[in-house]
Amino acid sequence: MNLTLHVWRQKGPEAKGELETYQAKNVSEDQSFLEMLDDVNEDLIKAGKDPIAFDHDCREGICGMCSQVINGKPHGGQERTTVCQLHMRSFNDGDEIFIEPWRAKAFPIHKDLIVDRNALEVIMQAGGFTSCHTGGVADGNALLIPKPVADYAMDAAECIGCGACVASCPNSSAMLFTSAKVAQLAVLPQGKGEAKARVKNMTETMLSEGFGNCTNHYECQEACPKGINVKFIATLNREYIKSFC
Amino acid sequence: MILDGKAPTGPIEKSWDKHRFDMKLVNPSNKRKFKILVVGTGLAGGAGAASLGELGYNVEAFCYQDSARRAHSIAAQGGINAAKNYPNDGDSIYRLFYDTIKGGDFRAREADVWRLAQVSNNIIDQCVAQGVPFARDYAGYLDNRSFGGAQVSRTFYARGQTGQQLLLGAYSALSRQVKAGTVKLHQRTEMVDLVVVDGVAKGITVRNLITGKIESHWGDAVILATGGYVNVFYLSTNAMGCSVTAAWKAAQKGAYFANPCYTQIHPTCIPQHGDKQSKLTLMSESLRNDGRCWVPKKAADCENLAGDITEDDRDYYLERKYPSFGNLAPRDIASRAAKEQCDDERGVGPGKRGVYLDFADSINRLGEETIRGRYGNLFEMYEKITDENAYQQPMRIYPAPHYSMGGLWVDYNCMSNIPGLFVLGEANFSVHGANRLGASALMQGLADGYFVIPYTIAGYLAGITPGTVKDDHAEFKRSVEEVEGQTNKLLNINGKKTVSELHRELGKVMWEDVGMARSDASLNNAIKRIPEIREEFWNNVNVTGEAGELNQQLENAGRLADFLEFAEVFAKDALHREESCGGHFRTEHQTDDGEAMRDDENFAYAAAWEFKGAGNEPELHKEPLKFENVKLAVRSYK
Amino acid sequence: MHLITSSVGRKLLMAVTGMMLVGFITVHLLGNLSIFAGSEAINIYAEKLHSLGPIVWIFRLIMLGLFAVHIALGIQLTMENSSASPEAYAIKARLKTTFAAESMIYTGLILLAFLLYHLLHFTVQVVHTDAVATLQPLVNGRLNVFAMVGNSFNSAFVSIAYVVAMCALFLHLSHGLQSFIQTLGLNNGPSQDKVSAIGKLVAIFFGLAYIAIPLAFLFHIVKI
Repeated sequence: MNLTLHVWRQKGPEAKGELETYQAKNVSEDQSFLEMLDDVNEDLIKAGKDPIAFDHDCREGICGMCSQVINGKPHGGQERTTVCQLHMRSFNDGDEIFIEPWRAKAFPIHKDLIVDRNALEVIMQAGGFTSCHTGGVADGNALLIPKPVADYAMDAAECIGCGACVASCPNSSAMLFTSAKVAQLAVLPQGKGEAKARVKNMTETMLSEGFGNCTNHYECQEACPKGINVKFIATLNREYIKSFC
Repeated sequence: MILDGKAPTGPIEKSWDKHRFDMKLVNPSNKRKFKILVVGTGLAGGAGAASLGELGYNVEAFCYQDSARRAHSIAAQGGINAAKNYPNDGDSIYRLFYDTIKGGDFRAREADVWRLAQVSNNIIDQCVAQGVPFARDYAGYLDNRSFGGAQVSRTFYARGQTGQQLLLGAYSALSRQVKAGTVKLHQRTEMVDLVVVDGVAKGITVRNLITGKIESHWGDAVILATGGYVNVFYLSTNAMGCSVTAAWKAAQKGAYFANPCYTQIHPTCIPQHGDKQSKLTLMSESLRNDGRCWVPKKAADCENLAGDITEDDRDYYLERKYPSFGNLAPRDIASRAAKEQCDDERGVGPGKRGVYLDFADSINRLGEETIRGRYGNLFEMYEKITDENAYQQPMRIYPAPHYSMGGLWVDYNCMSNIPGLFVLGEANFSVHGANRLGASALMQGLADGYFVIPYTIAGYLAGITPGTVKDDHAEFKRSVEEVEGQTNKLLNINGKKTVSELHRELGKVMWEDVGMARSDASLNNAIKRIPEIREEFWNNVNVTGEAGELNQQLENAGRLADFLEFAEVFAKDALHREESCGGHFRTEHQTDDGEAMRDDENFAYAAAWEFKGAGNEPELHKEPLKFENVKLAVRSYK
Repeated sequence: MHLITSSVGRKLLMAVTGMMLVGFITVHLLGNLSIFAGSEAINIYAEKLHSLGPIVWIFRLIMLGLFAVHIALGIQLTMENSSASPEAYAIKARLKTTFAAESMIYTGLILLAFLLYHLLHFTVQVVHTDAVATLQPLVNGRLNVFAMVGNSFNSAFVSIAYVVAMCALFLHLSHGLQSFIQTLGLNNGPSQDKVSAIGKLVAIFFGLAYIAIPLAFLFHIVKI
């Protein structure tokens, strides 16, 4: 199939960006979206032009590096799918596709489709851990964690930190990201001790890093390639209330 | 030269404890005076940097990704082994040790493997303490599953995302240290040179991938935890950014590269769909717990739908060849068996390069829900890539390059032959021998990072004075100039071929001639072809853009340049090793029924290659392997 | 202090003040609906209210406080949120959110404007002065609130203004009610869609019930 792409090109953080139009020819439906872009880039290089810069690494949907808004939807909008796992069979010959970077004040653009997601790191550093030391911990079976609790924690822990929740949020809030970590550690006995400080520190950091506030649009849940549920935000809210008790 | 692995002597059960006591310590108040550079933030690097930071060392960590959490350890699906013996099924430290030595086809250092088995239990406890949501039963106890190459259930797992969860555990520990100020993190920063002063590792040269700036960093010790090199095959299950570069820069500075020919071809990957593919996707080996591998008995049936082939016309070749291990035969054996069937014209799917992995029996026995519970995300991933529903028809799988057992040579302390240069995880060669068992990579990465390096690095640091060489030393300047020189050279070739075209060419040669089955002829062909591709690369590559900017083409070109030097040493190692063992299969050395034939008399050693410059013959150093606690035996899974 | 500076704290305050305001409009609605029980009913209700004296003023002050917090935080959060997402996508697809959720600030401001108008109209009685209660002859010794309301809503302009405002109330509540459940941490996942649906139904009820009053007079279903 042949496609028309409108891709956001921007030289650097301060430069002015704009959508440029490219043709993707002879695209196979078995290709992934990124492989289609690889081909476009090969053509650009051969024409002596600067290829489109985009983040990607594992290409199996787990590292969270890839980050593109396709036709207004982070990761292309297919359920539980990252861009790298999006395949061309979900497009049709002649389609026009708009490709843009994550957009948020907290995610300045490095180049083209590559953004700076360091703000998420800072949120994690504010409390996304248990303060255990290496060595000198109890036996793994000394703490009993019934399956439903372990499963709940695992559901939250699936977050890959890609930032699609921020990209989709009308407020550019990172609440889903933050809540996934808060909820995971809040339900586990290992994390309970620091739960009060964690929820306050992480949500405060979220705000000071330039993310917006959550106003319950739930766009994040739909955009999340790992299907992280907004119930974790509810859990975060509850943890916040508990932190005053 | 004969290398000394410095393994402790005496009874192996006491070896690590005794060694820990024998090593010197660094006084707590002196620790902050030492600066340690950690390159790579996967399981080994992340765990190491966090643990060292917590001990009070002044740590700087580097990763090329935009976050430490994205290192490719994250992609490991199946699980992590430990000798906990929770299921009461006969496991022990000794059995894990034995299985790993045997699984590695008797090509690993005993003491290292013992230590790995011994600390495996601590790893599980550590990860639990960090909040890793391992699978549990309803009473709350940790759950185990079985994995290839073992007859006990010793694999701990977190759905199909064990690597991700363990890495997030290490990453959270690292984040805590970053906040505490003991670790400084440099993301989107790639190591492009090792700085060696008077034969001692004293720092690294890095490229800031955002600004393109070449920067120097000094350290009293350098730790490489930079993963494996199977992207030399172009198509592999590794992340796109995985490369040999960091390790190879060390090799260029004199570090020995051990056993490069030991590469793991993983049996359960999604088959290649076409020429435009950029990467192969792994399906966890745990699938073989409930899936049965088969191909049609008759070549004529290969075009038919799987459902139309009767039970009698199916060849469950793993169960047939290896009745006691069946579908859980180790990876090297399962991969080769799949290749055999396809070479016999009985493969299925496009190009007939695929075998079936069938869940129908398990679904009938356990119900679709149970199978979904165990492997739901893998089936989902399979469907996304192939557009096929594996609950209704068998999966198609084919082997793909996955892991490198070889790596920089290190002694028992994980230190390379360059003093001050430590190598952890997949980047070193130490514990997996010629083949790695499933769920052992995560174990090794975390063992090295949490429980080995914090001790062994002290033994080195206690003997040196901190901060004697800083980045104002002439060697740093020289290194920066060298790197800038290469960058300018790459940018000014302005040839006709793109980096990925040339990488594909190299990959094709490596896969066909140095892949799953290697022969004298194929290896000689590779050794002829690799320098030709290298030559073409340096004369005809087209790298666009500039040095002082975010330039992904330049990054890839630098990585390919290193692969092109490394690949030749790889092929030469494979050619010199006139035996078949583990992941290294020489067609000249096989039994009548196609099993690998080891030659313990002549090849029971680690081959550590000293690189002498591109185009020059590398020099071979040998570390003889002594087996005092296990009996060398023909590795049989029948 | 943390409560009024932090992200979640302010969200909680929004939810709690919002819910208290819902409490107010519920009581207010119950009182207002007495209009359908005839002129006497609402006149008695009004007289009762006025006879409470200082309690009315305490109540009014509390209401003022709730509105002030709700409105001030609403405006502050909206400004923060829009500065956090400065650039729009060339194409923006809506995945889950609703028009109601996206227009909270606008429906909120419409309700604020309406509130002022409504107070001036029926409490201070300085707009549409021809209909004010004190100008109406007493009925059974009571102010004829019923006539004041009825005369006002006979004007299409006044009725439409009220109907528009109540549509805004419907939208505001349809997001606000389920939002309250989420913010208090009561969403357990599977309940989310049900809570949203119930929230919408309740919002529709409030909207229709309030709209019924002006329309009843405008279309002479209830006659003065």
